[in-house]
Amino acid sequence: MKKITQIRWHGRGGQGVKVASFMLAECALEEGKWSQGFPDYGPERRGAPLRGFNRISGERIDLHCPITQPDIVLVVDDSLMRKIDVCAGLGEEGICIINSPCDPSAAREQLKMKGGKVFTVDATKISREVLGRPVPNTAMMGALCKASGVLKLDTVIKEVSKIFEKKYGKAVADKNVEAIRRAYAEVKGE
Amino acid sequence: MKIVGLTGNDAVAEAMRQLNPDVCAAYPITPQTELMEKFASFAADGKVKTEIVLAESEHSAMSACIGASCAGGRVMTATSANGLALMWEMLYIAASYRCPIVMGVVNRALSGPINIHCDHSDSMGARDAGWIQLFSENSQEAYDNTIQAIKIAENPDVLLPVMVCLDGFITSHTVERVEVLDDEVVSRFAGEYVPKYSLLRSDRPMTFGPLDFHDYYFEHKRIQFEAMEKAKPVVRDVSERFSKLVGRPFGVLDAHKMEDAEIAVIALGSTAGTARGVVDELREQGKKVGLIKLRVFRPFPIKEIVELARGLKALAVMDRSISFGGLGGPVFGETRSACYGAGVNVPMVNYIYGLGGRDTTFEEIERLYGEMETVAREGKQVDAIRFLNVRE
Repeated sequence: MKKITQIRWHGRGGQGVKVASFMLAECALEEGKWSQGFPDYGPERRGAPLRGFNRISGERIDLHCPITQPDIVLVVDDSLMRKIDVCAGLGEEGICIINSPCDPSAAREQLKMKGGKVFTVDATKISREVLGRPVPNTAMMGALCKASGVLKLDTVIKEVSKIFEKKYGKAVADKNVEAIRRAYAEVKGE
Repeated sequence: MKIVGLTGNDAVAEAMRQLNPDVCAAYPITPQTELMEKFASFAADGKVKTEIVLAESEHSAMSACIGASCAGGRVMTATSANGLALMWEMLYIAASYRCPIVMGVVNRALSGPINIHCDHSDSMGARDAGWIQLFSENSQEAYDNTIQAIKIAENPDVLLPVMVCLDGFITSHTVERVEVLDDEVVSRFAGEYVPKYSLLRSDRPMTFGPLDFHDYYFEHKRIQFEAMEKAKPVVRDVSERFSKLVGRPFGVLDAHKMEDAEIAVIALGSTAGTARGVVDELREQGKKVGLIKLRVFRPFPIKEIVELARGLKALAVMDRSISFGGLGGPVFGETRSACYGAGVNVPMVNYIYGLGGRDTTFEEIERLYGEMETVAREGKQVDAIRFLNVRE
């Protein structure tokens, strides 16, 4: 089968999961790849658990179904780890990136994850300090670049900057770029 | 040409911008809403010359579209589910007045119970209204189909309205890679709509929609039937010309790995993409499986389907809608009927799936192919209707 990198996001309404999955899809296009970005759509409300999905590949992507066997899982809200099996379907080589102040080893214990790699980054703290709001989506994109290398940091910075500048102006764009850079620098893995 | 990330809704709105309709009358409904929002923003920013009519219901929206089309305009709109249902009366009128309206239908389950997610009950319910129906696998095809739809609809031999169907949320709300043509290329391909008859031509006064009783109604329906027949070669011709333009193949259907296939599945919309992935994987295991992706449901490509079905050991037909009390879903009914008439007696199973947006995963379709292997081995017609991934 074609090699496709499959990414699943777990977050809550209001954390920017949908926007992040859309932006990530655009970043992949910028690198000349094929991509998809889509969220779950349910009764949309702030705080409700939701998922986002990305597929990234060097070839055309035919699949149009939710991702059951991800290569990478991003947990944008660590309170979800107590409620749902965020790593469901994650393979032996899988990567799990969690927005958490804990060490990766503590997170691994909580997830009861044996193989794969676990990364943590305090994306909420970063977004509070840099953006002044707890919207950790862009910081998580920075952590993703460092932890997986699926996309280049430069591409993500360029694209996110472009999208935010068009929508919210240069000041907001610059702050989000700073959040990405900080998460890239601060993410810890094991 | 440029490559951009677009949702299915964005893609249709982008094609509409390039086609620059004279009139667009619409009413919002999930999941079509963003499509119209995007197009309305193009109009507000002066990027199109379209007169946007914000109607008070879908019935009024389609009525306004019909009026504008009779007046000689290029007319486009979009809707979903219950919105399409509310248009019902006007759908038949649009087709019988021979209005070449192009409408995006973002497929969503009809209520009730109320549901906003994808199935094809809306457009399949309207299959006999006299509209041409194109189904899109992804955002790219939603864009491509919209451009082709105008060219098909406005062909003087056809003059029929066209629905461009795309799967609600699965396609309408997924950002994907889309190749967007240059504006001039699209305008040149689509050409200008010059209506043969129109209300606004005072040198040639016309009446649209007068009483038509037992003396001529039947003849007019017969002519409408012929128009749909004439649409077949036009759809093929437009597909070929568009194919040359973009360098990607287009046909009424897409036969994937069918040359030596023994087991095949017929699917339309986004599911066809997932099924193609399944076929590629099963082929790697040496299984002789194939896929027929139906892009055009109306007019139904009878000959093409029959030729592909001939020689198969088993055929599964996937329907994302249901007909209560009938013999399977609409795609199954058409397929089996076409094959029977041509003496092709392949064991055929109808899989009803994905109603109300039920996920149709890679694994489910893989299982379906597995079940069809058993049917092929036994070589006889079994239970005709099965339900995929439903609690019993």
